[in-house]
Amino acid sequence: MNRYICFTVNGKKKEIRVDVRQSLLEVLREQLGLLRVKQGCAGGECGACTVLLDDAPIDACLYLAVWADGKSIRTVEGESRDDRLSRVQQAFVDEGAVQCGICTPGFVMAATSLVEKHKQQKVSRYDIRRGLAGNLCRCTGYDTIVTAVQKCLDDDD
Amino acid sequence: MFNFKSYAKAGSIQEAIELLGKNPEAHLIAGGTDMLVKLHKGKAQFDHLVDIHDIAELNFITQNDAGDITIGALACFTKVAESELIRKHIPVLSQAILTIGGPQVRNMATIGGNLCNGVPSADSATPLIALNAVVTIEGSKGPRQMPLESFFLSPSRVALAQHEILTAITVTRDNYADYFGHFHKYAMREAMDISTIGCSAVCKIKDGSLQDLRLAFGVAAPVPIRCKGTEDNVRGCKINPKLLADIAKYVSADVRPRTSWRAAKEFRLQIITTLAQRVVEQAILNAGGTLQ
Repeated sequence: MNRYICFTVNGKKKEIRVDVRQSLLEVLREQLGLLRVKQGCAGGECGACTVLLDDAPIDACLYLAVWADGKSIRTVEGESRDDRLSRVQQAFVDEGAVQCGICTPGFVMAATSLVEKHKQQKVSRYDIRRGLAGNLCRCTGYDTIVTAVQKCLDDDD
Repeated sequence: MFNFKSYAKAGSIQEAIELLGKNPEAHLIAGGTDMLVKLHKGKAQFDHLVDIHDIAELNFITQNDAGDITIGALACFTKVAESELIRKHIPVLSQAILTIGGPQVRNMATIGGNLCNGVPSADSATPLIALNAVVTIEGSKGPRQMPLESFFLSPSRVALAQHEILTAITVTRDNYADYFGHFHKYAMREAMDISTIGCSAVCKIKDGSLQDLRLAFGVAAPVPIRCKGTEDNVRGCKINPKLLADIAKYVSADVRPRTSWRAAKEFRLQIITTLAQRVVEQAILNAGGTLQ
């Protein structure tokens, strides 16, 4: 049950053969070696596997790899440039919005999409929490994460 | 890896109908957010899939010259909730959809999938049945239409034959123009949760009277329901606090909640009578009415 798909991953074109039964998460991790995309619940509850599909966050665990044909995927591996962290990544570091780390790649991608979508708009802490509602973190208590996102949204650049 | 035995991808409605006709055991997969969770748990009834995920002709939101709004079955929740057309004309649908799952789920899940899944807690169902939405179904014998309300037969069962596909949901202009609505979802969490009770109301008011009310509940019966008895009893009544008390009184005769691990029947009934008042009150306020 194999198919060829052609898609862009972190800016690079890829043409690979996938099994139609594979999730996008499995293909990213096992075939493309993008191991920072985590599997948590595998049921769309925790958001650890969040990647951006045409700049919108999805759970890669609940998305068939064949559906990614022709799409553009962003994972946390593609967010830093020349060893410089992205604005969102840096804000997570600055605010200490990280503890054990397993939810972090998913949170960074959900937060990146939120920041890009609402740049320089007035977004309340409540709305940030709603925007990150698809991601679970069992360590930080979320406050530092919300602050990190708030700081990115408040940026002028 | 998901454990299904056969897979066929449809590029058009016609092709999907043909593929369903070829395999009586085949199930449609659209956004996948319900189906893939079940497959992950190894549910054998989904061994054979017809994939309609990428059928472009089912992914649209349009308004015709008469003002009727039609949503393609494969429009994802984010697309529907953020649509200018929906936000302008039927904001109660946006409001309800934004309580579903989280952003990731809403980017993947489709409105047609939510309805065809047929669960009593489908949060897109109550605003749509309150708006008298009509569904279009296509199959080997051609297209047909029916009210969404009669589409729900019993838990997880909808009025679709094996060879049929839900293609679109339509709200006609006379069913939304001059109507104002409100939605409330009662759940344990504010996101990523299933409704304990969901409630939608749309109303039309004139000269301090309730010209029309349509009240719908999720999880208040085996399928999403309209409260027709209540609606008939209060249509034309003066808008005042007594009206809300009357609605709370009438509504218990329209619902049949049951006990589940989420909530006891008695608790559900309590939520229903409370929400009926609050949601209708807010709908009246949205319509510019006052309750003094």
